[in-house]
Amino acid sequence: MQDATSFKQYRRQVRRALDNTFQREALDRFAVAYRTGRANAFSGVDIPELVAAIAAAKDAALDHLEELFEEFKAYAEAAGAVVHLARTAEEACDIIAGIARDNDVKKVIKSKSMTAEEIRLNTRLEAEGLEVTESDLGEWIIQLRHEGPSHMVLPAIHLSRYQVRDLFTEVTGAEQSVDIQKLVKVARRELRPRYCEADMGISGANLAVAATGTLGIVTNEGNARLVTTLPRVHVALLGLDKLLPTLHDALRILKCLPRNATGQALTAYVTWITGAVPCATGPGGKKITHIVFLDNGRLAMAKDPQFKQVLRCIRCGACANVCPVYRLVGGHALGHIYIGAIGLVATYFFHGKDKAKNLVQNCLNCGACKAVCGAGIDLPSCIKEVQARIQDADGHPLYAATAGAILRNRKLFHTMLRTARRLQKPVTGGTPYLRHLPMFLMKGQEFRALPAIADRPFRDRWPDIRPQAEGRGRRVVLFAGCLQDFVYPEQLEAAVTVLAARGVDMDFPMEQSCCGLPLTMLGEKAACRDLAAHNIRAMADDDAPIVTLCASCGSFLKHGYQRLFAGDPAMAETVERFCHRVIDFSSYVHDVLGLTAADFAGPGRTVTYHAPCHLCRGLGVTEAPRALLGDAGLTYLPAEEEDVCCGFGGTFSMKFPELSQELLQKKLDHIAATGAAALATDCPGCIMQIRGGCEREGSTIAVRHVAEFLAERITPKKD
Amino acid sequence: MAQPHPLIDRLEAQATAVAATVARVTSLDEALAYVTTLCAEKAPCQQLRAGGESLPAGSGEPHKIIAAPGLPEAAVTALRQRAAPLGITVITDGLRRHLGGIDVAFTLADAGLAATGTLVLRCADEELRLATMIAETHVALLPASGIAADADALEPTLAAWMSQPGYTAFITGPSRTADIERVTALGVHGPLELHILIREDG
Repeated sequence: MQDATSFKQYRRQVRRALDNTFQREALDRFAVAYRTGRANAFSGVDIPELVAAIAAAKDAALDHLEELFEEFKAYAEAAGAVVHLARTAEEACDIIAGIARDNDVKKVIKSKSMTAEEIRLNTRLEAEGLEVTESDLGEWIIQLRHEGPSHMVLPAIHLSRYQVRDLFTEVTGAEQSVDIQKLVKVARRELRPRYCEADMGISGANLAVAATGTLGIVTNEGNARLVTTLPRVHVALLGLDKLLPTLHDALRILKCLPRNATGQALTAYVTWITGAVPCATGPGGKKITHIVFLDNGRLAMAKDPQFKQVLRCIRCGACANVCPVYRLVGGHALGHIYIGAIGLVATYFFHGKDKAKNLVQNCLNCGACKAVCGAGIDLPSCIKEVQARIQDADGHPLYAATAGAILRNRKLFHTMLRTARRLQKPVTGGTPYLRHLPMFLMKGQEFRALPAIADRPFRDRWPDIRPQAEGRGRRVVLFAGCLQDFVYPEQLEAAVTVLAARGVDMDFPMEQSCCGLPLTMLGEKAACRDLAAHNIRAMADDDAPIVTLCASCGSFLKHGYQRLFAGDPAMAETVERFCHRVIDFSSYVHDVLGLTAADFAGPGRTVTYHAPCHLCRGLGVTEAPRALLGDAGLTYLPAEEEDVCCGFGGTFSMKFPELSQELLQKKLDHIAATGAAALATDCPGCIMQIRGGCEREGSTIAVRHVAEFLAERITPKKD
Repeated sequence: MAQPHPLIDRLEAQATAVAATVARVTSLDEALAYVTTLCAEKAPCQQLRAGGESLPAGSGEPHKIIAAPGLPEAAVTALRQRAAPLGITVITDGLRRHLGGIDVAFTLADAGLAATGTLVLRCADEELRLATMIAETHVALLPASGIAADADALEPTLAAWMSQPGYTAFITGPSRTADIERVTALGVHGPLELHILIREDG
């Protein structure tokens, strides 16, 4: 459970988590195994169609939560249950404690419920003098250790069999073995009497079908069946967001949840309960059944256009499974109670901005969570929006506000870059890297060489290199982005060479500036919107494609701008037209120009590829660059985990250098393992990170933009 | 069902993949023989402490128990006839007196879902719910005609079942966990083994 009160303290927690070697290795294995397991489980299923169906069903349900609650209540109560609505976490605890008192309950057995974690139910019930036992194996383990879950589905994934052996030895007073099969049997033995002695069983629920007042509970161990069968009282606690109109909707979610969570087609048990069922020890042979729905901000959230989608969450935990940061630091450092990408957002809503303010900064914006989400939630955008709201409430940090003020003003920003170029001479030592930065600026950044600002930015070179316009048809407008304009102008020059060789006319509007993504990363939404409006004006209102060589700029121009101006009808059409024009260089060359192997000649070479997050997920481009490398006569050697983030993440690498370094190291290892002589990619940010790492390692692998490989090999202009 | 065989094969393959044992039988009698043989050959149930003063644990006597709640009277009689000579007791109720564990639960499944190798059991009856959880081995007899392609195909039936007070279970393989180091372990709280006997018509 992350509970730091300052960013500094949070970074210390993160560093401590990084030192947990067992957890690191366990999560590494999990990340790799999960990918295959999930793919197998979904074989034959149209994932985008299923995700869209779930998103649509949940969105429709979220518009009618109160009606669905009334409908559920009517049917469930007709079937003998009592249905409650708790407005707050405290009210939910009160209700459940009251049920326990009314029924003379002494002992409680629980099955897994994140909602119970959300309201800290155990703490409250224990304060009432009740003995509470968790029955899910992982939950029981962490209950005995007095800690919170580190994963929503696998709560004890951070622990080794040795730690569990020691714990069980202590708890049973008998020496236990490290054999996992035997440890599981210890739980079977120790927990059976707890079920039998309990007066009350508390479960969560994954699904609530309003049409019949039915709860759906998804488990593997079968503990929920015992929890809901043996004690004379059953209390189910669930968020209002679990309500669905019909069984049909519930079955859509059931098709996705186990597959996305654990790579199972279905869990061992799915339990559907309607009303009060027979119970030999209950009054009149009937179970006392209470169903407690929790609001705790959900109704308000369902009416918030930006965050309504967060309530689509089906709690599969997949967003943690694929998160590169989660893989490094685990759930205790990447969540308060809810964990992973959804946890960063949910923490803000359910546990307040003080618990969320550090967490939300720990996001690479790599989009892996969004791509895997079973309910199609745009998690990275939600995380950034939370960060922006917290800053609006708490005040903007000086560095963020300053960045906002500078980037809003292109002339000021570019003047500062030019000044920095003049001043950097003493620290470059004549190399393209910053060699001798004063230590206070370099703290934590030693893991990669940082590039120097180029002698002449692309915008100064453009008048000299601009090809004669041919006016024969194709024309594009180049968008540079800061890194290529001021640090890597040669990449843009390479693109100009390729495009000119095929007779494409080009424009480079001088008023263009930073795309604005860094400001979004810093939570400076208002400044970012001004900057975006500036760029939209600068890029000329015509139909020519806007070609960019930077995946991050491209993805932000194309999708980020639409989010920035969502809810601004005056801008809608202009933004839509602008976004439609944006295309990445590889796609333009491959898909629009249609270049093939016949267009290239030149030296063969082995090359591997890094798929930038904002290209492969942000823009959905995966084939074009790889095809181009082959067409250009290069031998493409695929690397492991090509689509996992290199750790740059823009300002992320400045805030969390220790995480950035670890991600970079994995990337470098995968690249080296291919034996390729060179690496191609489509994003100057990734190049800065990976090339900087290679330089620091003394590696000879040439790290370059796809455009540079193509420029060397494109055949002369054909007429 | 006009062409049940592809569904049977699919259910068998999927259930086997999640560690269930699948066999095909042609009569109830054959199923009863399967159950009694399985019970006779298995190691005696490991009695767990069940706790609770009002709920004495299983007697711990050295005989084996098959629980068959919900089985028609004639079938129970036939099962007892097969079980008695092997020293096996057949019970149909009073499962709360055996919470420390029994050897085998024999149940009649209401439906099957081929796509996931799943059994569907309507078990509002507490005895039935308990039997399928506290038995070390759960054997379910599933009529081939009750196998649907998947939950979607069974949706109207399921919705009808859910429209009255009840407890419907989807059971896919034995009880399992991967909570320690993601290593799969079977039989954490429920059965260690699940056997599906598919009764083919004719």
